[in-house]
Amino acid sequence: MSEVWQGDLKKIDDYRWRIPKSYKQGMRVDGIIYTDKALLEDICHDKAAEQVANVAFLPGIVKYSLAMPDIHWGYGFCIGGVAATDIAAGGVISPGGVGYDINCGVRLMRTDLFENDLKPVLEKLVWGLFNNIPAGVGSKGDIKINEKQEEELLVEGAGWVVKHGYGTKDDLEHTEELGAIKGADPLAVSERAYERGKKQSGTLGSGNHFLEVQVIDQIYDKEAADIFGLGLGQVTVMIHSGSRGLGYQICDDYVKNMGACLSKYNINVPDRQLACAPVDSEEGKAYIGAMRCAANYAWANRQCLMHLVRLVFEKIFSKSWHKLGMNLIYDVAHNIAKIEKHDVDGIEKLLCVHRKGATRALGPGHPDLPARYKKIGQPVIIPGDMGRNSYLLLGTDKAKETFFSTCHGSGRVMSRSEAIRRSKGRSISDELAKKGIVVKATSRDSLAEEMSDAYKDVNDVVGVVVGAGISKRVCRMRPLGVIKG
Amino acid sequence: MKKYEEIFHTADVGIRVYGRTKKTLFKNAAEGMFDLIAEKKEIMPKKTIKFNLKAPDIKELFVYWLRELLYQYSAKAMIFKKIIITSLNDTNIKAEAVGEKIDFKRHVLKKDIKAVTYHGLEIEKSRAGWQTQVIFDV
Repeated sequence: MSEVWQGDLKKIDDYRWRIPKSYKQGMRVDGIIYTDKALLEDICHDKAAEQVANVAFLPGIVKYSLAMPDIHWGYGFCIGGVAATDIAAGGVISPGGVGYDINCGVRLMRTDLFENDLKPVLEKLVWGLFNNIPAGVGSKGDIKINEKQEEELLVEGAGWVVKHGYGTKDDLEHTEELGAIKGADPLAVSERAYERGKKQSGTLGSGNHFLEVQVIDQIYDKEAADIFGLGLGQVTVMIHSGSRGLGYQICDDYVKNMGACLSKYNINVPDRQLACAPVDSEEGKAYIGAMRCAANYAWANRQCLMHLVRLVFEKIFSKSWHKLGMNLIYDVAHNIAKIEKHDVDGIEKLLCVHRKGATRALGPGHPDLPARYKKIGQPVIIPGDMGRNSYLLLGTDKAKETFFSTCHGSGRVMSRSEAIRRSKGRSISDELAKKGIVVKATSRDSLAEEMSDAYKDVNDVVGVVVGAGISKRVCRMRPLGVIKG
Repeated sequence: MKKYEEIFHTADVGIRVYGRTKKTLFKNAAEGMFDLIAEKKEIMPKKTIKFNLKAPDIKELFVYWLRELLYQYSAKAMIFKKIIITSLNDTNIKAEAVGEKIDFKRHVLKKDIKAVTYHGLEIEKSRAGWQTQVIFDV
């Protein structure tokens, strides 16, 4: 069993706890964990808080090493970790601060359908999605491309997919970075990464990746919900997926290569997985170029998946997806590093913001927002576990304190093997069916690993970011149908 | 002597590996990783892949070794039944892995291991020989 963390944690207020930099020699800044008293107990049962302290060692780190309330331990950074480094001051970029699944992220699509429209065809719809969306271990995708096209896709991201008939310009306008981050460098991507990514374009993946058909069961902000075209009882679709083998291999390649950077640039970090290089170094630039390729690949992937979903709905409802109102609300990355301008103590600085299992949450008026959302702020999509709720939130002005970052999901509390053990003698799909949820998974174990008991309650996690003022609720969804890889 | 056992990790999977010698440690780690990936009994010994790997120290070598095996699985769809370490020192391993390409009709896949991490990895002496832990991202 895991050890209980015995470190130094001081309450700031009901939603913020500080790890002082005096806790560990080498910490350049304090750590701050966004949590509440109830969630805090779980947090101390793994090593995540120690990782928050370790991240504070990164050269050039600004203000704090942060963690969101869905925190749990990861590699180098904890999941839920946010850290920004000052590029001009020699600040570093660390692949461990992005994660293996680069641009694992989520998108939310609206529909004009209501729960009653779905009830008579729900089973048929879920089977249709299961049979037409490639998912699970070893699944191969729909997009067959040659080497030159692969390089184009890595630069153009979702735009490449739209260019080839899988969506519209409107989809791109409602995707973070318009579906492709500039400055992707296909030459910085290894042959192996290409090899792993080639067959997997347009696939859902496995692990905690999923596709969910949902219904809105609570509206908190009617004005914002109206702007999104969302109302009580309306059906939405959520897709959670990432950069598949390509992203994994890129992270792997650069964590390996950056090991040598620690001595080259005289960097002291307590964890090998925090291997890093100055953003402005040759190695830093190479990683950023490759990471952006993986990010664009993931946006292409989610765009493709969304389009396949639209086609399934068209078949079931005998209506075009346009007439079904199946527009993209937004798409967010939650494993990424971005170069962003932030006000640090009154001075505008260019920072490298790492968000690992954390979502960007821009406040109202930000220039990077789509025109339609400038007044209300950036949509933040928070998937819960498959038995419980998901949320649509908005970024706020107060999120400035977290470099406009917030949580990304519910966060695990139980290991996969423990979840499988506890599921023995239970049928998770029957339990979900009793709640009116139809689920199709590629294996019994992949379902058991993702059961609700394995996760924190997303309502508690969202309660913290809302209580802290860094996000606000728009609406809440509950699942009707789930496809699990 | 136990070859390996699964250890607790919130989001991924890990094993603690044991070996009387460093050679058996490396062998057991590889076989343990593939035990997590697939049921061994249906794997036929159709193909042998050879490895000759160099790294600056034994920790890097250990991770490099497992990463190379994982590359065979993730990019080449290979799964292995048997591992033979022909030679090993702290900076170089020569080995063979025997198995075949994944056939979804015959093989039962269990966990999709996506990466080998350095997390908590310490190759240390134990009473019975050597031990280490390794966490895999799934």
